Amino acid sequence: MVAFLRRHVAFLAFAVVMMGLPFFTSNTYYLSVLAFTATRLMTSLGLNLLMGQAGQISLGHAAFVGMGAYGSAILTTRFGMNPWLAMVVAAVVAAVVAGIIGIPTTKLKGHYLAMATLGFGEIVLILLIQVKSITKGTDGITGIPSLAIGNLVFTQYNPRAMHLLLWGVALLMLRMSLNLADSRVGRALKGLHRAEVAATSLGVDATFHKVQAFMISAVFASIAGSFTAHYVQYISPGSFTLTFSVLLVTGVVIGGLGSIWGAVWGTLVMMILPEYLKQYEDATNLVFGILVIVIMIFLPGGLVSLGSALGKLRTRVGGRDRRAADTSDPGSLEGNARRPGGAA
Amino acid sequence: MPILKVEAVTKRFGGLEALRDVTFSLYDGQIKALIGPNGAGKTTLFNLMSGMDRPTAGHIYFGGKDIGRLAPHQASRLGVGRTFQHSKVFDDLSVLDNVKVGRHAKSTAGLLSAFFTLPRHRRDERSISEHAYHALRRVGLEAKAEEPAGGLPMGERHVLEIARALATEPRVLLLDEPAAGLNNEETDQLAESVRRIRDQGITVLLVEHDMGFVMDISDEVVVLDYGRKIAEGPPLMIQNDEEVIRAYLGEDLN
Ligand SMILES: Nc1ncnc2c1ncn2[C@@H]1O[C@H](COP(=O)(O)OP(=O)(O)OP(=O)(O)O)[C@@H](O)[C@H]1O
Ligand SMILES: [Mg+2]
Repeated sequence: MVAFLRRHVAFLAFAVVMMGLPFFTSNTYYLSVLAFTATRLMTSLGLNLLMGQAGQISLGHAAFVGMGAYGSAILTTRFGMNPWLAMVVAAVVAAVVAGIIGIPTTKLKGHYLAMATLGFGEIVLILLIQVKSITKGTDGITGIPSLAIGNLVFTQYNPRAMHLLLWGVALLMLRMSLNLADSRVGRALKGLHRAEVAATSLGVDATFHKVQAFMISAVFASIAGSFTAHYVQYISPGSFTLTFSVLLVTGVVIGGLGSIWGAVWGTLVMMILPEYLKQYEDATNLVFGILVIVIMIFLPGGLVSLGSALGKLRTRVGGRDRRAADTSDPGSLEGNARRPGGAA
Repeated sequence: MPILKVEAVTKRFGGLEALRDVTFSLYDGQIKALIGPNGAGKTTLFNLMSGMDRPTAGHIYFGGKDIGRLAPHQASRLGVGRTFQHSKVFDDLSVLDNVKVGRHAKSTAGLLSAFFTLPRHRRDERSISEHAYHALRRVGLEAKAEEPAGGLPMGERHVLEIARALATEPRVLLLDEPAAGLNNEETDQLAESVRRIRDQGITVLLVEHDMGFVMDISDEVVVLDYGRKIAEGPPLMIQNDEEVIRAYLGEDLN
C-alpha cells in the first residue's frame, strides 16, 4: 500500500486537484478554460508519446484533431449517429489514416519527417475547406449535439459535469501514458529513440512500433477533437491550421519531452498563461512568445526539469558545484582504443 | 554443420570493396576471433551478419537459413546477438532498463496490456526483470543496475551491451572490440566472462585489436586485410603466418 502510494502520489495528487476544482469554483469562464485545457492535454499526451518517447515529430497533428472534430460533427449531424459511437468511428478513421501515412513517413527522419507531416496537415486542411458538400467549407458545421449519458447531458450550461467528464478522460489518458512509459512497448520506443540500430539489434521492430506510436497519438488527438466538437457544438476549418499544429508541438516541448509530465505542465502553461496575460491586451501574444523563448533558453529540458535546474542553481550558489565530479563520462569514446598500425 | 557460415561474401560501398569473396565458418561452442588492421572490413561483416546491411554478393547462413537479407530485428530473433564498436547504450535509461529492452522479443505484452496494466503486462514485467537481472549478473554489472547507463565508463558500457545482447538469448554473439578502453585487469575479467558465456552454450565471434586477449581466448582466428581473408586457423598458426605478419607491418602479435 505504501509502495503503491509512493509510486502513484504525483498522479493521485494531480487527479484529486483537477477533479476537485469544480467544487471550489462555479465561475463558468474558469471552468471553460479548464475544459479546453483537458482536451488539449489529451492531444499533448499523444504528441508527448510520439515525440518524447518514440522521438518522432509531427507538424500535422491539427489534422488528427480535425478528423476527430469533423468525424464526430458529420456523423452526428448528417447521419444522426450516436455521439459516443461517432467519437469511436472517428478515432478508428484517424488511426487508419495515421497507419497509412505512418508507414512511409516514419522511415523519414528529422526535417524530412517534419516536412512530410506538415504537408499532410495542410492537405487535410485544404480538404476541410474545399470539400464543401460534406464539410460546409469555411462556414463550418453548426448544431453538433451534446454528449449525454441517459438524462445527464454534458453542455456548457452544466460545466461541472462537463469538467468531470473531460478531466476524467484526460486523467485516464495520463494514467495510460504513464503506464506505457514503464512497459515493454514504452522501453522499445525509448530504445528506438536513443539508438535505433541498437534497439533493432535487440529484436525491436522499428517500423511497427513507430507506426503504432503514430497511430496512438492520432487517436488521442482525434478523441480530443471529438470532445471539443461536442462541447463547443460548432466547428470550422480555422481551428485546424498549421498554427495550431505548431502550438501543440510548442506545448509539449516547453513542458519537456523527457517525461510524460512534460505534457501536463506544457499544456497548463499553454492554456492558462495566455488567459492570465490578457490583461496586456495587444501585447498578449508578444509577452507569451517571449516567455516561451525564455523557458526554452533557461530550461532546455522543459518545465519538468525546473526542479533539478533549481537544485543545480542552489548548489552552484552555495559554492558546492559538484559537476566536476560528474565528468566520468569520457567525451571521446574512440580515443582510448588501442590500435595497431598497418592498413593506413 | 557450422552454426554460421559466411559464403563468398562481397560488400561494395560505391567503388570501395569493403569485403571481397570472404568465406569462413563458425562452429557451435567456439570462440572465434575476427582480426585485421583498421578498415579491413570487420565491422562491415558484423553488420551483414546482424541484418544491418546487405551483402552485394554471397550468402550468410545461420543454422542453415540464409540471413543475408533479413532486417536486424529478424536476425536478432533468430539468435544473432551483437554489441557495437562505438557505444550504443541508451544513455538516459538505467542500466537495468537497457537490458530490459533486450527481453523485447521474448515477451509479448502489447499496447493495451501496458495501457491498462493487465495481468499479461504484470506477468511479462516480472519475467523481464528477472531475466534482465540474470543477464547483468552474468557479466558482473548487477551492482549498477539502477544507475543511468550514460554514466558508465567506456569499458562497462561495452559490458552492458554484452548483457543486453545476452538477454535476447542469442545462439551466436558478435562482439565488436569488447576490450577497447579496458585496463589489464578488466580485460582479464572480460575474458573470463566470454569463456563463461561460451560454456553456457553461446558461440562467440569477436573483433579485437588487443592481440594478447585474442590469442589467449580464441579457439580459431580469421584474418581480414583490405576486405580479403588472408588467413584462418588456431592462434599459434596465425601468430606465425607470414602474410598476417606482413599485414600488421611487424606489429608484435605475441
Ligand atoms: N556505410 C559505409 N559506406 C561507405 N564506406 C563504408 C561504410 N562502412 C564501412 N565503410 C568502409 O569500409 C571499409 C571497412 O570498414 P569497417 O568499418 O568494416 O572496418 P573495420 O575492419 O571494422 O575497421 P576498424 O578496426 O577501424 O573498426 C572502410 O574503408 C570503411 O571506410
Ligand atoms: Mg570496426
